[in-house]
Amino acid sequence: MKKLLTFSRFKNLAILLVFFIFPLIDRSPYHIDVMVSAGVFIILALGLNVIVGYAGILNLGYAALFACGAYLYAISNIHFHIPFWTGLFISGFGTALFGMLLAFPALRLSGDYLAIVTLGAGEIVRIILNNVDQVTGGPNGLLGIDHPTFFGLRFGVKSGPYYYLIFVMVILLVFFLKRLESSRLGRAWTAMREDELAASSMGVNLMWAKLTAFGIGGFIAGIAGCVFASKQGSISPDSFDFVVSVMVLAMVVLGGLGTIRGAITGALILSLLPEFLRGFEMYRMLFFGLAMILMMLFRPQGIFGEVRYKTRFSSGKKGRFSLTPEARKQ
Amino acid sequence: MTPLDVFLQQIVNGLTIGMIYALIALGYTIVYGIAQLINFAHGEIFMVGAYFGLLAYTLIQLLPVGSVGFLFILPLIFLFVMTLTALLGVIVERFAYRPLREAPRLAPLITAIGVSFLLQNAVMILFGPADKRFPSLIEIHKLSFHHVTITNLQIMITGFSLILMLVLHTFIKYTRMGKAMRALADDREAACLMGINVNQIISIAFLIGSALAGAGGIMFGMYYNTINFHDGYLAGLKAFSAAVLGGIGNIPGAMVGGVLLGILEGMGAGYISSEWKNVFAFFILILILLFRPHGLLGSRVVKKV
Repeated sequence: MKKLLTFSRFKNLAILLVFFIFPLIDRSPYHIDVMVSAGVFIILALGLNVIVGYAGILNLGYAALFACGAYLYAISNIHFHIPFWTGLFISGFGTALFGMLLAFPALRLSGDYLAIVTLGAGEIVRIILNNVDQVTGGPNGLLGIDHPTFFGLRFGVKSGPYYYLIFVMVILLVFFLKRLESSRLGRAWTAMREDELAASSMGVNLMWAKLTAFGIGGFIAGIAGCVFASKQGSISPDSFDFVVSVMVLAMVVLGGLGTIRGAITGALILSLLPEFLRGFEMYRMLFFGLAMILMMLFRPQGIFGEVRYKTRFSSGKKGRFSLTPEARKQ
Repeated sequence: MTPLDVFLQQIVNGLTIGMIYALIALGYTIVYGIAQLINFAHGEIFMVGAYFGLLAYTLIQLLPVGSVGFLFILPLIFLFVMTLTALLGVIVERFAYRPLREAPRLAPLITAIGVSFLLQNAVMILFGPADKRFPSLIEIHKLSFHHVTITNLQIMITGFSLILMLVLHTFIKYTRMGKAMRALADDREAACLMGINVNQIISIAFLIGSALAGAGGIMFGMYYNTINFHDGYLAGLKAFSAAVLGGIGNIPGAMVGGVLLGILEGMGAGYISSEWKNVFAFFILILILLFRPHGLLGSRVVKKV
């Protein structure tokens, strides 16, 4: 019989408990607010991890999916008065569909060419949002998006309820992703990530694997967008520019590609670090950039990433075959 | 103005900015070809180049030279800026990329983003966040053919870019170092076994790319007359697109891609609207990639097991 309370389970429970009681102990609204925006990034990082980490597709336009979710909820709420919980479904599934649409170029391309297509798509979405004034409000964005209610409890502008909403969402997502990781689909992704040609000869349907990766990644981004829009009450294209895509990618890579713990930790570090650097004001982003470089130099595989070793000729040590970490194929 | 004039005018404007894109794109493509690395900080080096240009101009004004001498001083400014950006590129490579040469592929991408933040904010702190006025450096003369206007600045930008590209082409094609670069791009391990110093060649690649970006930065400033610490981002993005458009890793491809992107963008701005010009550029890019997945001039890589 399995032991019910192993050390790792105990550790996970302890971490959960800390996050659960955090708003009860630290009553500063500002801190909770920061944690809520960090939470949105955790959801985003978990979603991007599916595309980049599991399936190994470099996506440089993830903010487009985030934007899609946020605008889907905002538009359906403002024009059709659709409540938050229905909006969550609309955002999730709508963005999943949109993600799969974006994946179509992915079926023909690979590697860096695919990355540039996702990047281009991200820019196109942002410019469309900026210019289709009648629907998206142009550069000013959309105002007056409803906050959620839960059995009569109005969420309002305070951060507390959102904190717990995101808390529950992250737990559900982690549960779902853990299952997904070792499912048939998850293993197909891993095979595809390591070697597309080999995977396809072993019977992995590459088209299906790529489409589902974008679909599930899109679904998660859509949910994050919906929560973000409902929390903010107003959205504008500025919140979804290239820097957001890059930041989420940085979170996933920093934590360690393809690991759930990594995505969460990376998102926490990169969204909280600027807050800790607030004392330096002007030099804040300078130190932030420096910190990113240093963290990567010390742990290139990411905080929780695994290094796979392979014997190969290394240019670093002259004329010797040495054990070097293998570069991950994209 | 006849429709043909409008068309030609857009070509002229597009060609000028396309040349600048091509110069930046060359940096992306050389580095990618040799080190298989997307140098995301490259756009910032271009931006820093523009600021170095401004700095050089300000310094020279302190010297007792009249405005007459500017035609002689211009090459000096270019030399100064290109040296500095080349140095900067080599430093960035040495500290942010070289330690990660054997690391997972996305690790250098993150340090590149870090370098971008670092350079952007360093410039913002040193020069302030507001737009800076950049002088044209040469006296602008307009030449008109029918209704198509060409300035001497546009001719200078196009001409000088072409010269730089020609020099680069000659270097890659006919020198020992260029041969080593091509060998490295072909097969790193084999090149290594032939006694090519990988670290040195990669440094050279960064040096060349950054020098070209620096030259592009000055010309960008001269052409648009304002520079901002944010400029590197969009210009870098477009130049990267241009490099991919032509087939990344392919040097003539980057030139063609840059010019093509500039012209397409000019057309989009002229015929549709300037707000949509970026959509136009990226949309064409995606379309071309869909039908020619390896770029216009890139060669198809056959996968081997």
